[in-house]
Amino acid sequence: MSEPLLSVRNLTKTFGGLVAVDSVSFDVARGEVVGLLGDNGAGKSTLIKCVSGVHAAEAGEIVFDGRPVQFASPMDARSAGIETIYQDLALANNLDVGANIFLGREVRTRRFGGLVKTLDDRHMREQSRQTLESLQIRFPTLTEPIEKLSGGQRQAVAIARAVYWDARLMIMDEPTNNLGVPEQHKVLELIRTLKDRGVPVILITHVLPDVFAVTDRVVVMHRGRKVAEKITARTNAEELVQYMVGAREDAAA
Amino acid sequence: MNERASRTPLARARGAPSGARTRAQRAILFLSSIWAWLFLALLILFFVAAVPLTTGGAVNFLTLRNSQNILVAIIPVLLLGLGQTFVIIAAGIDLSVGWVMSLASVVSALALRAAFDGGLPLFPSVIAGLIAGVGAAAAVGLVNGVVISKLKVPAFIVTLGTSFIVRGVAYLMSENTTVIGLPAGIRAYGNDALLYYIPGAGGGLYVLHRPEVSGELLRRMDAILPYPVVVTAFVVAWAIFLLHRTQFGRHVYAIGGSMDAAVRSGIPVDRRVIAIYILSAATSGIAGFLSTLRFTAGSAVIGDPLLLSSIAAVIIGGVSLFGGAGTVIGTVIGALIIAVLTTGLVMLNVEAFWQFIVVGTVVIVAVLIDQSRDLITGHARAGAAQ
Repeated sequence: MSEPLLSVRNLTKTFGGLVAVDSVSFDVARGEVVGLLGDNGAGKSTLIKCVSGVHAAEAGEIVFDGRPVQFASPMDARSAGIETIYQDLALANNLDVGANIFLGREVRTRRFGGLVKTLDDRHMREQSRQTLESLQIRFPTLTEPIEKLSGGQRQAVAIARAVYWDARLMIMDEPTNNLGVPEQHKVLELIRTLKDRGVPVILITHVLPDVFAVTDRVVVMHRGRKVAEKITARTNAEELVQYMVGAREDAAA
Repeated sequence: MNERASRTPLARARGAPSGARTRAQRAILFLSSIWAWLFLALLILFFVAAVPLTTGGAVNFLTLRNSQNILVAIIPVLLLGLGQTFVIIAAGIDLSVGWVMSLASVVSALALRAAFDGGLPLFPSVIAGLIAGVGAAAAVGLVNGVVISKLKVPAFIVTLGTSFIVRGVAYLMSENTTVIGLPAGIRAYGNDALLYYIPGAGGGLYVLHRPEVSGELLRRMDAILPYPVVVTAFVVAWAIFLLHRTQFGRHVYAIGGSMDAAVRSGIPVDRRVIAIYILSAATSGIAGFLSTLRFTAGSAVIGDPLLLSSIAAVIIGGVSLFGGAGTVIGTVIGALIIAVLTTGLVMLNVEAFWQFIVVGTVVIVAVLIDQSRDLITGHARAGAAQ
């Protein structure tokens, strides 16, 4: 437990003359939910895209599971076990739950004496059902295109996909955006379920109630720099807002 | 997970939940899912009733002979439509299929003639024609696919461009638009049938063998399942398998449903797109090859008028022009609807130009029906639901 699963050291990313992420360091321990808080443009998405292999950082180091890593692509990060769920979820809305969970990694069976391989939809559906059940998610049907599901349900599909493929670190970008209140609660519940299963979560958000509902620790960013890192239980909304708007800054952070 | 949330008026207004539909909505959904079948059935019923009426009982619509005529008539539209089905489900468009069919017709005729004149027996010469014609078509598909996927030029532009290029090549190769001098024996490949049936006295059923009859018996003879129909049926079966049962087919849907999701899921999107355009060109190539056998000549003008009909068949069959939805069977039904309409109107002695007006109307109505379904299921076609 002592060694963090993810350790980001002095990470810097610039776009032209703009310093989007300025020498940021933070850790994520196993089984921990870390909030990454900041206003729009604070650099939290850029920071996370460096971790998930979308961007290459100019300076700094990322250590994942004790090894320094440099991900060339999102697929690289993914095969290492870092799953990122963006707001658009990267789901194919015209396909069913099973097809989405196995998208790009479809299970096939050999048919006609091994001459051809066909999709094993029954197996994929059954595995999907089991994964969803283990996350205490219940859908009325798994055979309909997911465009018929609600936003929260689709979020659950994206989470189930990550869980099925053994995500070791889950990064979620504003997962409660555009959801109704009951759906928000469901997604936060799912984050707690992930934590209980020992999967750490980085929750990118600018919604304070979400931070207090599920995170253990919170990292606050402002204009590309980390301005605070707090144990969630030992801070309050007022303090976090001051950090977010840049009215306050911890030198030690 | 949101049973309660989904019953809020707001959610119902958006139409997202499946549990909260009224009986009327469910009825509309059901009808819209089978309307093409229904429409085809009603169309056939209409012509069955109307054709004898207008001809004083002299002509019937649903005869063995006419059903076979309709099957032969749909072949080129269907083959072009099959490849187009894959392309449009993957949110693309292939405007080159008509001229690619022409090119394949010319190339297969030239290759067949050259092989036969070079001393090859008939059957190997036909195979040489098939390989050359479909190969030339597939090469165009490869170019389409590579430029679209690797160079990121919109499919509409690329296939418009290649259709002009292929048109020029087909005319240049055929010199005078028609390649003649093919061995007479290929006529049998393109026109003979699996079964022959002569009803009444002196007749009978003949399997895999065209009876040598003349006069009255020849007039009564029906050819059942001509070889090109059989070939097309195999291509249809293969397309169904490919689109609905294989990983490739699943990726076609994923690419059309969300290119972004497909890329981020690790689907080799470029390779798939290239394969899709090769497939589209290849089925058009088969159409060109079959037309060469059927007419014992290669023709540079054979395919061009079929492009829009084939797209119409695909759209009537329920393939979404925005990608992500559709079936092979839908396209078969779409092609059948067009062929039944065309044949039936001709038998009713309706001026041929009315076909265009009717087919055009059906295309628009088909899309309207799909959209009414989307309104109910809450699916915005452009994929911008949320």
